[in-house]
Amino acid sequence: MSSFMKASIGRKFFMSLTGLFLIIFLFVHLTLNLLLTFDDSGVLFNEAAHFMATNPIIKIMEPILALGFIIHIIWSGWITLENMKARPKGYQAGDNLLKWYAPAKNMFILGGMVLIFLIIHLFNFYVKMRFTGDPLLNQPGPGLEDGVHNSYALVANLFIHYPVYDIIYILGGILVGLHISHGFWSAFQTIGLNNSKWMIRLKFLAHLVAFLIGAGFAYIPLYFLIKF
Amino acid sequence: MSNIDSKIPEGPLAEKWSRHKAAIRVVSPANKRKLDIIVVGTGLAGASAAASLGELGYNVKAFCYQDSPRRAHSIAAQGGINAAKNYQNDNDSVYRLFYDTIKGGDYRAREANTYRLAEVSPNIIDQCVAQGVPFAREYGGTLANRSFGGVLVSRTFYARGQTGQQLLLGAYSALNRQIDAGSVEMYARHEMLDVVLVDGKARGIIVRDLTNGEIKRFGAHAVVMATGGYGNVFFLSTNAMGSNGSAAWQAYKKGAYFSNPCYVQIHPTCIPVHGSQQSKLTLMSESLRNDGRVWVPKKKEDAERLRKGEISAVDIKDEDRDFYLERRYPSYGNLVPRDVASRAAKERCDAGFGVNAEGKAVFLDFKYAIERLGRETIEKRYGNLFQMYEKITDVDPYTHPMQIYPAIHYAMGGTWVDYNLMTSIPGLYAIGEANFSDHGANRLGASALMQGLADGYFILPYTIGDYLAGEIMVPKIDTNTPEFDEAEKNVTGRLEKLYNIKGDQPVDYFHKKLGHIMWEYVGMSRNEEGLKKAIEEIAELKKEFWSNVRVPGEMNNINPELEKAGRLADFLDIGDLMARDALNRNESCGGHFREESVTEDGEAKRNDEIGCYASAWEFQGEDKEPVMHREELVFENVKLTQRSYK
Amino acid sequence: MADKILKKIYVKVWRQNNPSEKGRFETYEVENVSQGSSFLEMIDILNDQLIREGKDPIAFDHDCREGICGMCSMYINGHAHGPDSEITTCQLHMRRFEDGETITVEPWRAGAFPVIKDLIVDRTAFDKIQQAGGYVSVNTGGVPDGNTIPISQVDAEEAMDAAACIGCGACVATCKNSSAMLFVAAKVSQFAKLPQGKVEAKRRAKAMVAKMDELGFGGCTNTGACELACPKNISISHIARLNREYLKAKFSD
Ligand SMILES: Cc1cc2nc3c(=O)[nH]c(=O)nc-3n(C[C@H](O)[C@H](O)[C@H](O)COP(=O)(O)OP(=O)(O)OC[C@H]3O[C@@H](n4cnc5c(N)ncnc54)[C@H](O)[C@@H]3O)c2cc1C
Ligand code: HEM
Ligand code: SF4
Ligand code: FES
Repeated sequence: MSSFMKASIGRKFFMSLTGLFLIIFLFVHLTLNLLLTFDDSGVLFNEAAHFMATNPIIKIMEPILALGFIIHIIWSGWITLENMKARPKGYQAGDNLLKWYAPAKNMFILGGMVLIFLIIHLFNFYVKMRFTGDPLLNQPGPGLEDGVHNSYALVANLFIHYPVYDIIYILGGILVGLHISHGFWSAFQTIGLNNSKWMIRLKFLAHLVAFLIGAGFAYIPLYFLIKF
Repeated sequence: MSNIDSKIPEGPLAEKWSRHKAAIRVVSPANKRKLDIIVVGTGLAGASAAASLGELGYNVKAFCYQDSPRRAHSIAAQGGINAAKNYQNDNDSVYRLFYDTIKGGDYRAREANTYRLAEVSPNIIDQCVAQGVPFAREYGGTLANRSFGGVLVSRTFYARGQTGQQLLLGAYSALNRQIDAGSVEMYARHEMLDVVLVDGKARGIIVRDLTNGEIKRFGAHAVVMATGGYGNVFFLSTNAMGSNGSAAWQAYKKGAYFSNPCYVQIHPTCIPVHGSQQSKLTLMSESLRNDGRVWVPKKKEDAERLRKGEISAVDIKDEDRDFYLERRYPSYGNLVPRDVASRAAKERCDAGFGVNAEGKAVFLDFKYAIERLGRETIEKRYGNLFQMYEKITDVDPYTHPMQIYPAIHYAMGGTWVDYNLMTSIPGLYAIGEANFSDHGANRLGASALMQGLADGYFILPYTIGDYLAGEIMVPKIDTNTPEFDEAEKNVTGRLEKLYNIKGDQPVDYFHKKLGHIMWEYVGMSRNEEGLKKAIEEIAELKKEFWSNVRVPGEMNNINPELEKAGRLADFLDIGDLMARDALNRNESCGGHFREESVTEDGEAKRNDEIGCYASAWEFQGEDKEPVMHREELVFENVKLTQRSYK
Repeated sequence: MADKILKKIYVKVWRQNNPSEKGRFETYEVENVSQGSSFLEMIDILNDQLIREGKDPIAFDHDCREGICGMCSMYINGHAHGPDSEITTCQLHMRRFEDGETITVEPWRAGAFPVIKDLIVDRTAFDKIQQAGGYVSVNTGGVPDGNTIPISQVDAEEAMDAAACIGCGACVATCKNSSAMLFVAAKVSQFAKLPQGKVEAKRRAKAMVAKMDELGFGGCTNTGACELACPKNISISHIARLNREYLKAKFSD
């Protein structure tokens, strides 16, 4: 199996599985986050956030998710490095067949920017909710039981009072969307679940998924920006 | 006065090969391991031979001048490969294929060889299918066939328009398997420059490593030449840029007879020459004639206006079109053999009906087939050919007829071999297009691929065993001997000589001139005066070449100009021999058309009284007249008739 | 069909005398080139000129000049085989260029394809991959009749689609990772589609991929550039099949 890990196709196999896993996570995450926009009182969102923070299944999934990210990120660096080594000298006239901005050509850069966004994102919310705490979390709110954080207040505050973050989050949505617009069908290609007929369908689906996720995440800060 | 022994086995035609196989010797597996064989060339003939010999257990070294064995010019064959399978139930048989080949070759081939070729042809298809060659299939899953120029049955197997490529890749894969197994060592980008004889037997070769100019020696118990044809004598041909006659010519100079050099095939469906900068001619597969109709305008004025570009083909009405092949040859129509179709095109163009600016092109029109079968069917059959045509000419053949003109395509002549495919030098073999082979004076379409693979898979591996069985006591060939020293010295000397001329003109300048002489006087139509003139002009050109060629670059580096110079030096000599052979053969037969020998209505007239022989030229020394031996051709099984396609 | 004449063009071309030399670009002027000439004929004209000037002509690979041998290999203006689709360099015509244009010509760039001289690169890595398993293990003779195993037309056609690869290396040259996946996929896919090839499918996929990795080609990231550059239109759906074949083989170990 170690030869599989080192083989070019083996390495990609792990990228593909982790990538698809991350996409599933993003869907769950997005569904939850959209609750922010359905109920301005914050009750719905706070309930859901509480559920996520306490449910045992989610608890188990959390480290797996972290592992998924870590594998995806480490492997992406490894693959990218190896692939760069395969062409020690580049072209003077450049490489003009695919446009310079094609996501397929820029997965590492897109992923890297997503990673930066992720770190910001983690510091904005996750770290505060889990570890450091924040006065806003303890702010009373409608329907809040004992010991349940007012996550809504934390999120709404950021998005309402710091437009810079709105822009960062909108960008984050777009970047993830671009990453997935290639990543989704590519993942199926990598595990061999593709052929000439499905190629078109998968590429279409990839764009659909990318749009849903990208637009979905971008919609939340936009909502706050416009509404409040 | 024939001192030529073609070693044709006794017995009835149909039994000769099996009797021969039963009679010849076989080498034991233990001894095979001790025997080395050199195979020069990795086309269909060479790759199949090297692979099969490797499988048998011999130590094989294979050579080619390209960067990979897969690129040999066999790759360019489009149309297909014949085999007497009778899958179509159209009454095909080994005998019919044999008969068609003999007749198509205008009764200038050996009966026994040709029969053997037809006999092993079905095995070739089986072999290729087993290798995973993706031949075209019917809906039911069986192999598909089509008919091909000059015959009345459907026996041609094909893989889209890339049959040669697929067959070569099949042979290449078999070769790769042996390379992987260690039984074949492959030397790509190595050009053979001489064959080394020890005590009269072929014992090795001298090659130049084309990547760094190093001259190397290789020894072996037998040497096989599978180096393809010499069509590039004409400069413009459908051969690859590197196709050459050098290996065969060096063998000739060492004593191997050269046979029927005047037989070259002109292919009727090539894209016409355009301007003076053209480097090579592109063939449009003969299969196109199955559905395309050949025509020129009936009226000269129309032709003139076409040449000036005032009108285009589609402006000419059907009744003003002269479908001259259908007119002259009603029973075969557009499917007459290549030589007939080629001369007919030349005749029309010479008479002033040519349709391109140069006046050297005729139309091949698919309008009628598209009307009859629909564009989709035509697209399916010829899509890639049409695409290639459009890329080259910028004309869409779905809406406008193609323009075609004959071009040099194939060399029926080549190194003389006996029934065992051994040349007149013991231990030196020639297979594929390189030998003078089984096609007589004209080759049928789709038969060269068949012959290359027949030689390589099924004939040479048997016959070479007969010779090698006598060599098992010979130890590994030592290449540090006076014979190898001498051969290497000659090779180096010649290269240095070429390099040091430092004249004014690049190699191509002379090659184009040679091509011009050949096309003019030793081309589609020949006469005594022209041939004599050709011999003179070639001699002059040769002198000029050897005093004024400029070879740039370095000796010990990649140097394409040096390669070209060496090849051209040999082409000049081959051209000379072709003219001599053509002069000697005062009859028209197959690809050789002598204006002195025609029927009343201008068709070629064979003369069996004087022509029933294969020439075998023997080298007598530099600038000395070569001597021609005659191998008399005896026909016991077919009756000689004039070919008629009327 | 009268073709226009390009009065003057500039050819900026990579010159490197041997594998160890550093190499550089040189720009040459070429005059009066017919647009009906092929690109290689234009290079012939340039070389003729260089020889007459006493300079070393540009070394480049070519042989059949009809788009089938796969020998020609030039990276022209940022495109493998030049700015036309579905053709090789030798089929590229000067119609694609304009008067006064500077045309940049480079060799294939990949660690696995080292430059030998000027525009000539060493592609023996491709042969080595094929030797690792790109064959059906049958000896000459002793095979069944060609019609014994029926093969559906669809499968035969699909195998033929893959088998059309000419081994030119444009896919490697174009791929940002210098990956040889399209080339390897073409062979594996051809055999995977045919009953003759299925017997050894597992061994073949593993051996060829291992060899490809060993020789320093990059990995595939599904950019799809290869299929756009491929003169024979080999589809990346064959890469999906290769992935499938490879994973199947690995997981059944
Ligand atoms: C455009 C075209 C289309 C054709 N179509 C058909 C067709 O449809 N059907 C058909 O039956 N036939 C066809 N033919 C003819 C047929 O393809 C050839 O006759 C046949 O493939 C020759 O095979 P070969 O193995 O003898 O030589 P080639 O395939 O020419 O191989 C020659 C080999 O010798 C090597 N070589 C040559 N000289 C040297 C040297 N000095 N040192 C080292 N190596 C050397 C080369 O590298 C090469 O590997 C066609 C030919 C052409 C040109
Ligand atoms: C939520 C976040 C992410 C999701 C949903 C995601 C999803 C995907 C998917 C589905 C693929 C395709 C896998 C394949 O082609 O087989 C992929 C590829 C890739 N990802 Fe991510 N990814 C995410 C984050 C990141 C991050 C943070 C990085 C790294 C810095 C990254 C770097 C890459 C790279 C470089 C590739 C291309 C690898 C290749 O094609 O070989 N991704 N991603
Ligand atoms: S896959 Fe296409 S680009 Fe790659 S080597 Fe084959 S023909 Fe060339
Ligand atoms: S020279 Fe053969 S493909 Fe271009």
